[in-house]
Amino acid sequence: MMTISRRKFLKTTVSASAALAAPGISTRYAFGSEDPIKVGSLLDQSGAIASSGVTMVTAMEQGIAEINDAGGLLGRPLKLIQYDTQSNIQLYSQYAQQLALKDRVDVVHGGITSASREAIRPTFDRFRVLYFYNVLYEGGVCDRDTFCTGTTPAQTVEKLVPYAMKKSGKKAYIIAADYNYGQITAKWMTKYMQDNGGEVLSVDFFPLDVTNFGPTISKIQEAKPDLILSALVGGNHVSFYRQWQSAGMKDQIPIASTTFGLVNEPSTVEAAVSQGIYGCYGYYEELDTPESKAFVEKLKKRWPQIPYISELTAATYEGLYLWAEGVKKAGSLDRMKVIEALETGVSYKGPSGEVKLDPATHHTVRNAYLAVVEDKKWNVLETFKAVPPSDTASVCDLLKNPADNQQYVIDIKA
Amino acid sequence: MDLAAILALNVVNGAASLFLLCLGLAIIFGMMRIINLAHGEFVMLGAYAAVISANAGVNIFVAMLVVAPLFVGLVGLVVERCLIRFLYGRLVDSMLATWGLSLLIVGLVTTIFGNTMQGVATPFGGFSIGAYRTSWYTLFLLAVALVMLVLIYAILRYTRFGLIARAVMQNPEMAAVLGVSPARIYMATFSLGAAVTGLAGGVLAPVSGITPVMGGAYVAKAFITVVGGGAAIISGTSSASALFGLVNQLGAYLTTPVYGEVVLFLAAIVLIRLLPQGISGRFFKGTI
Repeated sequence: MMTISRRKFLKTTVSASAALAAPGISTRYAFGSEDPIKVGSLLDQSGAIASSGVTMVTAMEQGIAEINDAGGLLGRPLKLIQYDTQSNIQLYSQYAQQLALKDRVDVVHGGITSASREAIRPTFDRFRVLYFYNVLYEGGVCDRDTFCTGTTPAQTVEKLVPYAMKKSGKKAYIIAADYNYGQITAKWMTKYMQDNGGEVLSVDFFPLDVTNFGPTISKIQEAKPDLILSALVGGNHVSFYRQWQSAGMKDQIPIASTTFGLVNEPSTVEAAVSQGIYGCYGYYEELDTPESKAFVEKLKKRWPQIPYISELTAATYEGLYLWAEGVKKAGSLDRMKVIEALETGVSYKGPSGEVKLDPATHHTVRNAYLAVVEDKKWNVLETFKAVPPSDTASVCDLLKNPADNQQYVIDIKA
Repeated sequence: MDLAAILALNVVNGAASLFLLCLGLAIIFGMMRIINLAHGEFVMLGAYAAVISANAGVNIFVAMLVVAPLFVGLVGLVVERCLIRFLYGRLVDSMLATWGLSLLIVGLVTTIFGNTMQGVATPFGGFSIGAYRTSWYTLFLLAVALVMLVLIYAILRYTRFGLIARAVMQNPEMAAVLGVSPARIYMATFSLGAAVTGLAGGVLAPVSGITPVMGGAYVAKAFITVVGGGAAIISGTSSASALFGLVNQLGAYLTTPVYGEVVLFLAAIVLIRLLPQGISGRFFKGTI
């Protein structure tokens, strides 16, 4: 066996490591501007929420590829660091720390459920990482470090409820998922029913693993509403629509939903189950604008079997571009400079139309579309242009109180 | 009166679906003492088999009642040969192995078919009782549950296979001495349990949301019902299903669906406290 003295060992290893490190050091100085800008992303690609997450990841990849093809940002390419959070809140917290501390990313886009957003938002606040949440949600987040680019109830539920009432009647029965999204959305539904002179007969909440809706269907028939408002969530709750149709109730009482069709329910359940359900979202794959068609075509080219492209996917793509606009305007990646640039009210014309950041709330002013399911597709009936996030605006003004950092539960007089 | 009839139908429906979901587990867990945590995934595989074959043009009833149990029965056979047969009498190890198996099945199905799945239409349509409407499918589920009850009872009680299977479960050494191969009986019994579970998945497919993770919604309730029922497969499982179906459905109707679930689990706790051997440990001793 060869013996190596300590001195010899040190000598060789030091010189070897210096030799190995040297190219690294010199490249860094020579091509420092070529270092990629790191874009963090936390989306579920497996588990219960994956059906939403997978198309959002495709949208992120597409957006990043496009920006890179156009020469990147500030002359530097973008690099996507996406972690599969596996529909597991614990992994959200863990990967959020990893993105902030180990990967040292310049921005994070991600989070799907409200629970996941609230798990990671404090981490990004603490470590001063700019955070974009690109999902429709119940509204009320007021945090200067965070931008919420999806729709909120004032942009969608406010349009959906009066329209559905006009088509049916003044008495509604609300069914919703039993967690913060469903609970808060049910309150908004109640508020907009009452604002329009309607009456809510009952509000029922369902744990996410309920699969047998027999008793509920009987209760609904007993209450005799004119309209069902649904904020049911997830695969198990799809059972409701099937059991409702098989009981023959489909043509008796119409349904309006704030969740049906956000994944790809209209194309996976039978036409008889989904026909005539109303929805109101910030984007539909069926939108007939040049931007929307181009977007759908690009994503289908990237992933030919892509499931339905909903607001979740479009808002993710638009969120990335809004951030890119902010960076361009700031001319820097410095977090505060980018926030200030975004607060000038940058806008981007994306697949859903013109999306403009609202400086006071860090939410977006964007189009909303009212649609009905016909033959397994959404038929867009009405377009509402540039709808402001007035729910969050009623409680949040980051221009006046930049240090504000909380999610307001908006006091709904119900 | 109409309302009472419709509520009775809801209860019957709840009990029938629960019984179908539990029967296969009762065979595997109740008879063989294997804690099959992949039970929910067997249900899911049955639903997928039914939906995929129905969408490929197979008659919906053939898909639900033949394809689903056959397919899951075969899966059960493979699982028994490759995994379970090494784990008889090792309760904790079998839990760990079948939990891993459930993750594997969910992952495989997601990889092959994606996170969502085209469903099938519910056959039959609806009918009215007075002012209330419900579906014929409810009664179909009840019919399938009754047929399965009679069928499994007849197999276990009156056939040679049933007699030998029961003997092997009670005393494998003695059965082996008498010329029976316990390994083959275990294999057949496990496959039978899997097939029955596949059938449940098949007939529930038209009224469920079909996703790779749908099994999770069933597995806890199925175990509670089988434990609540006790050792006797047919009398225990059917009485526990009837009890829990009643409590769950009436609870959900009279209060809210949240409390419907709560009272179900509460009833299970009280039942196990009062009757640690399950219902059949006290009331149907010596039955199947």
